[in-house]
Amino acid sequence: MAATERMAGRRRLANALPLFVLSPSLLMVTIGVYGFMLFSVILSFTSSKMFPRFVFTGFDQYERLFTNPRWGVAVQNIFIFGGLYIVFTTILGLGLAILIDQRIRAEGAFRTIFLYPMALSFIVTGVIWQWILNPGLGLERLVQSWGWESFSFKWLVDPQMAIYTVVIAGVWQVAGFVMALFLAGLRGINTEILSAARMDGAPTHKIYTRIIIPALRPVFLTAFVVEAHLAIKSYDLVVALTKGGPGFATELPSTFMYTTTFTRNEMGLGAASATVMLMTLAAIIIPYLYSELRHERRG
Amino acid sequence: MSVAAETVILRRSGSGVNLARFAVYALLIVAAAVFLAPLVSMVFTSLKSMDEIRAGNLLSPPTAITLEAWQTAWNSACISVSCAGLKGYFLNSIRMVVPAVLISVGLGALNGYVLTKWRFRGDNLLFGAMMFGCFIPFQIVLIPMAFTLGKIGLAGTTAGLVLVHVLYGVCFTTLFFRNFYVAVPDELVKAARMDGAGFWQIFTRVLLPISWPIIVVSVIWQFTGIWNDFLFGASFAGGESQPITVALNNLVNTSTGVKLYNVDMAGAMITAAPTILIYLFLGRFFLRGLMAGAVKG
Repeated sequence: MAATERMAGRRRLANALPLFVLSPSLLMVTIGVYGFMLFSVILSFTSSKMFPRFVFTGFDQYERLFTNPRWGVAVQNIFIFGGLYIVFTTILGLGLAILIDQRIRAEGAFRTIFLYPMALSFIVTGVIWQWILNPGLGLERLVQSWGWESFSFKWLVDPQMAIYTVVIAGVWQVAGFVMALFLAGLRGINTEILSAARMDGAPTHKIYTRIIIPALRPVFLTAFVVEAHLAIKSYDLVVALTKGGPGFATELPSTFMYTTTFTRNEMGLGAASATVMLMTLAAIIIPYLYSELRHERRG
Repeated sequence: MSVAAETVILRRSGSGVNLARFAVYALLIVAAAVFLAPLVSMVFTSLKSMDEIRAGNLLSPPTAITLEAWQTAWNSACISVSCAGLKGYFLNSIRMVVPAVLISVGLGALNGYVLTKWRFRGDNLLFGAMMFGCFIPFQIVLIPMAFTLGKIGLAGTTAGLVLVHVLYGVCFTTLFFRNFYVAVPDELVKAARMDGAGFWQIFTRVLLPISWPIIVVSVIWQFTGIWNDFLFGASFAGGESQPITVALNNLVNTSTGVKLYNVDMAGAMITAAPTILIYLFLGRFFLRGLMAGAVKG
């Protein structure tokens, strides 16, 4: 009797152990991801300034947010920056992947060169490009020294153009990674279909446009999700490259949230902007995760 | 076998092939030059004096090589109020990154093990919920995290930063190990259990010995991510515990007077050195880590 009880007890312990091992992470994620998310969303419906105050004001902060000119600039910038960033990293990434896939010599060396910026911090990238693009000693001087004496390049200090410097630096950093994604995709294509197409005498460019690029559709989707995710989260790059300036010409939602909350002490407004960011990202990520996980179960 | 390789083989006899090959290499070399130019410029500039910088251009090689800018960046550059260079912040980053990587990778391994070999009802849902944590914009947790760290007495400390990085890193490491262990045959675990091995014995004797590839990937992923982080460092670190990325940004963007580009570049290189070295020596695993984080397994 006592023996069976002891065994049952041990079995119960054995069943509980895996959950016990999982519990620290579950606790952290429950509080640190979902609890904190909820807290921020609740704050966005209050009039909190420097500290959380639970005086609820409905959608007031969202109204203030969407009539705020700085936020307007930030939203406009994320569309410019995000759009160009996604388009250029995809085109460049795919182009480099196709070139590298041509059975070239020194493939490893080329891959290493295209991918190394990904190892850098966005702060380092920002500092490097601040030097390269500085009006005076940077790119302007270089091109002038090549003989084009009237060449002028002052995007970094031009409020109309500064956001494009962020695009340049961002594309430089991430294009190699997108290349790696596409290269993996290219190497996974079924070669039998390709040989068959060639037997039929299809020219190379047709094989690319009709067979290879359509076959890469899942990679395009992954690349898009990764790029959009990086674009919305972009913060450090702008801070290091332009500090959000000149003025607030390169403000992004992420920099808006930070300064609003921590330097201008408008916590409710900051929380509202963070909530909008979360919703945008969730609208991209959740369908993607859902389709990936479902696919996995079927596979 | 590469897609294009076959095309090349089939068309090798054609006369257009040589021209096409030439174009491929020309494009690749131009692209490589563009990608390398910023690094070259950074190295050159960090080895020049300001006088030489003013006289030359982005890509002119240094004629009188000097390590002065490196010494200044490491020892005596002014960051906020103190003028002691980046060295203290470099150590801060190491003090932060080592425990954060070890703890998050350890937890990720255990979580992956439980989620694949000790399955229970709702485990996939739980995993999905954890995975979403990898992708949230961190702005949504900044405010409550700042208050929580204050409440538990970790505001402005390295321990606080370690906690934050473990919390948001464990989502990724769990993802890595879970996707790795899912491919390990359950029969191995069953056989070990028949032999009387328990929860911990199966983990340490059966799974851990075959886990080194995913351990390397996770360590590289976590190390790069945490070393390169700026947002958490800027939000939660006090002056005493600031990581090097925050210090570099202060060095570059809060300096008054003449901009010392050579010191900026030396500082950037010091900040980038650890992750660049990892990339050069363990590039294969670095790539695999990036891909795993992007494409889930």
